[in-house]
Amino acid sequence: MAEIRLQGITKIFDKKVRAVDEVDLTIADREFMVLLGPSGCGKTTLMRMIAGLEYPEHGRVSIGNRDVTDLPPRRRDISMVFQSYAVFPHLTVFDNVAFGLRMKNIAKAEIKRRVEGAAELVQLGPYLERYPAQLSGGQRQRVAVARAIVMEPAVLLMDEPLSNLDALLRLNFRAELKRLVGELKTTTIYVTHDQVEAMSLGDRIAVMREGRIVQCGTPMEIYDRPANRFVGGFIGSPPMNFLSGRIERSNGHLQVGLGDQMLTVPATLGGRTAGEVLVGIRAENIEAEAAPAEGAIAARTEVVEPLGSHLLVTAAVGDQKLKIQARTDFPARPDAPLWLRPEPDKLRWFDPESGQEIDAR
Amino acid sequence: MTSIARDLPAAPRVDREAVAARQARARRRMLGRGLLYAAAVLLALWVLFPIYLITITAFSPRDAVYDYPKQLIPGTLSAETMRFFVDAEGVLGALWNSVLVAVVTLIFSTLIGAPAGYALARFAFRGRDAFRLIVLSTRAFPIVILSIPLAVSFIEWGIYDTIWSVALMHTALALPFTVLITSSIFISVPRDLEEAALTLGCTPATAFVKVVLPLALPGLAAASIFTFVLSWNEVFAAVILTLRERTLPALVLAALNQSPVPFRLAAGWFMLAPSLIFIFVIRRYLLGLWGRVSR
Ligand SMILES: Nc1ncnc2c1ncn2[C@@H]1O[C@H](COP(=O)(O)OP(=O)(O)O)[C@@H](O)[C@H]1O
Ligand SMILES: [Mg+2]
Repeated sequence: MAEIRLQGITKIFDKKVRAVDEVDLTIADREFMVLLGPSGCGKTTLMRMIAGLEYPEHGRVSIGNRDVTDLPPRRRDISMVFQSYAVFPHLTVFDNVAFGLRMKNIAKAEIKRRVEGAAELVQLGPYLERYPAQLSGGQRQRVAVARAIVMEPAVLLMDEPLSNLDALLRLNFRAELKRLVGELKTTTIYVTHDQVEAMSLGDRIAVMREGRIVQCGTPMEIYDRPANRFVGGFIGSPPMNFLSGRIERSNGHLQVGLGDQMLTVPATLGGRTAGEVLVGIRAENIEAEAAPAEGAIAARTEVVEPLGSHLLVTAAVGDQKLKIQARTDFPARPDAPLWLRPEPDKLRWFDPESGQEIDAR
Repeated sequence: MTSIARDLPAAPRVDREAVAARQARARRRMLGRGLLYAAAVLLALWVLFPIYLITITAFSPRDAVYDYPKQLIPGTLSAETMRFFVDAEGVLGALWNSVLVAVVTLIFSTLIGAPAGYALARFAFRGRDAFRLIVLSTRAFPIVILSIPLAVSFIEWGIYDTIWSVALMHTALALPFTVLITSSIFISVPRDLEEAALTLGCTPATAFVKVVLPLALPGLAAASIFTFVLSWNEVFAAVILTLRERTLPALVLAALNQSPVPFRLAAGWFMLAPSLIFIFVIRRYLLGLWGRVSR
């Protein structure tokens, strides 16, 4: 039972860098929480404060209803997988995995049983007697994971554990990790800058930027309703399209003008009736047509990228660019005109100044 | 190869050029390697030849010491010259003193210097860079100026003319290097490893003992060679701080002018041998550790 509660956590380096800024976050027992954000946004620092390796300037950390802010790492019932793996080079795989258990003075026979069990889980069984220098990067990574899970901690912390693996290995190990952590049922915090990894692993994702959490929710929520322009642009490949438009009123209906074309909008735009607005729409939520159609926006094809499963088309509406996912049989040609029909319930609206989403429902 | 290439008219021109270029590269590589080996051999000879000469002379009969030209392969081996030196008044005692002083220096400088080195490596404290400089600047003090007041203090403390006074002095001389060398050794042990140990149940102290120390040992051993040799060869402070309890270099220096050549050669060999043995022992140990850690 370990719910993690962060209250107003702040870390300031060198008296001015606010690496983590007033973060509030509650992570439920057994939840898999992903901290996602670009490099340098404070993910590692936040995780290190939960681990007890860094002391916050303000705020409290509690794990399982116990305030651990002033406790050293060894008293927090946590395990951590480091980005560099931090496997001890002077110890064999067995001794690496057994390290934490030995510190707890657990009986020899039980250590052996648990180490072998953990090694089995990450498929390191045949390598127990090797030194880390005799292992591949992927195997070292497994040692780091085994060393953490063998402790059966209340909280498992992982800092970009896949980032040093090559692409194929990363894909395989991602699925393996998901299965593994699902079986363990520990509360897990996982740091990554890779949005695909975050989407695939997390029960929830906390998106961070410049030391703050800008949105926290399930992967689908975050993908579907980004809280601001930054999240929409960071999550998804390609990122969400953003077009600036002008709110206009005709016959008592709200419309948004994109250049000289009109886009039908929901009945309310968060109470706005005039001014600029930012329209957000994902590539796969735009239907491309080769001929003019009712309610479709005229555009011009610029680039066509066949990606196997679909075509990625870069189109221009007026002087604004956007990306569209089209079926492979769509007759796309550079410079040819095409007509775009966005799914009305997938349109998202943002304030052009603050970038925050406008709730148009 | 060249002739074969010429005998094949069908071979396209490009291929022949490629072959020629490859051969030129190979020749250059061979030449480079040859030069490297030549330089290595020269360097080794530079160091080893005098050692060899001293060694064979030290183990030749006393008459052979004066032979000229020297024979590179000694006709007869004899412990006579050696025995003459070892039997000389005070030599064995001085040898023992030298060993004691070097070992005590090693222990003191490691106990004091390694923690300072660790602090420099791990903690960002106010004035760290200044500290780094000041540590070195102690070596700028001439030993002469340092030795006289130290001798007075040591007399007051009642440790003048004991190995302790010399060992303390040598510790002071060795410390700047111990601090700087150990600090760079500790920097080379990744911080992550120590932190991983902290998350696995270690206190800072146990993390140091179980993770940092084993990884730093090869480096620390290398640093200890330096300290040992420094103490073993140091003569000036040893002469000033002792009268009867001489270390070997102090004794040899004092006796050098009045002693016959065989004595000098034997003394030279005796000064040399322990350092060499020490280096060889530590080196094997070093290679063992390094080999395991970084293979
Ligand atoms: N020990 C430190 N001293 C000074 N600044 C630091 C330190 N650790 C991190 N920072 C700064 O804090 C910010 C957040 O860093 P970090 O948490 O490592 O980001 P992330 O893991 O998201 O890439 C960065 O600007 C980084 O330069
Ligand atoms: Mg990081």
